[in-house]
Amino acid sequence: MGSPAIEFLEGVKTMQKITYSNIETTCIYCGAGCGLNVQVLDGQIIGVLPSTSHPVSHGQLCIKGWRAADFVNHPERLRTPLIKVGGKFVESSWDEALDLVSDKLAEAAQAHGPDSLGFLASAKCGNEENYLLQKLSRAVVGTNNVDHCARL
Amino acid sequence: MLVAQVREIVAKKLETLDGVVALKEEQHRVAPYLFTAGDDLSTLVLEPRYPLALVVHEILKRRPDVRIGVVTRGCQERALVELANWKQLSLDQVEIIGFPCSQEQAEACRCEMPYPTEIVAGERAQGVVDQVVAEFRASKTREERLAFWQRQLGKCIKCYGCRSICPLCFCEKCAMEQETWVTRGKLPLPFPTFHLIKAIHTAGAGKCVGCHACEDACPADIPLSILYSLLRQDLKETFGYEAGAQHSGNPPVLLLKEQMAK
Repeated sequence: MGSPAIEFLEGVKTMQKITYSNIETTCIYCGAGCGLNVQVLDGQIIGVLPSTSHPVSHGQLCIKGWRAADFVNHPERLRTPLIKVGGKFVESSWDEALDLVSDKLAEAAQAHGPDSLGFLASAKCGNEENYLLQKLSRAVVGTNNVDHCARL
Repeated sequence: MLVAQVREIVAKKLETLDGVVALKEEQHRVAPYLFTAGDDLSTLVLEPRYPLALVVHEILKRRPDVRIGVVTRGCQERALVELANWKQLSLDQVEIIGFPCSQEQAEACRCEMPYPTEIVAGERAQGVVDQVVAEFRASKTREERLAFWQRQLGKCIKCYGCRSICPLCFCEKCAMEQETWVTRGKLPLPFPTFHLIKAIHTAGAGKCVGCHACEDACPADIPLSILYSLLRQDLKETFGYEAGAQHSGNPPVLLLKEQMAK
């Protein structure tokens, strides 16, 4: 396999107590909200199983539901905000990204009026988060231009 | 009570096994779980029927060092035996803790052997002869049967649930995902190619144990078990082969491959 250190670590892993469980959660992909079980083996997600006890999905899933846990450890998953600098995306911090966004939104609202902005809510957000977004749009910025990602 | 007896036996088995796969119930949610020594077994349940052989295989694929038990009905034991026949796992790593299905269950599944080879508790129900294919043929003309399958298979939303939940679907490169047969991102599906690939590769190849997990997992309520019952019957009549009925059985497909190689 490789160095003695790696072999030792592989050996330790196989002596470890095995754990396997299913964590029931709700699929994040659309408004149906199907129940699914995330299979976790030795602390790692290995896949998804439908939830037989769920009142919405009754042990069934669509293709997106079956793949709902794939993004968690996907190599292309974004792990930091990205800001475009000189035509290229550069990793940044949340503070930097949020400051930039609020500055630019305020600029646009000032220069072209609140209705020059639009806000799109998401099926991947909870109801509470979508409520906050429309509050931001209507009460903070002052525009009714708020809709849902299904319109895209 | 059956479940109480099973729990006692699992507690004993956990003294020597690395874990036991069974259904766990927590706050009305039931899901597969690997019970290990020291776990509270009062949460272990036997219902609903579930393809636990799939869970066992997923675990053994990644932890070839363990020896685990599984609380199972007849069909899942047969699934594990057939997986071993196809060299996908070693039965040395599995201990079956068998229990019988109820008579109602046997009839709902049209199951000829609603119990594993050995049961730790309970009583065996009477096996049921699967008449669905004969009844189906008798009740419809050939044209009506074609129209029926066109309608039923046309409901498919291409979720791949039947494939993903099947304990015997283990191919890393699945034919149902090959562009030759199935165009990516296109609906409706080619009739009857898509569903016949699954039917022939599982039931037609002598892998399908008739556990109905596919039919349970289908969001479009396609009566897949009728299609698969037909092929399982053919396998039995033509090759005398029944999935999971024998250890080290020779699946007909592998036998043909050997003959062709000669």
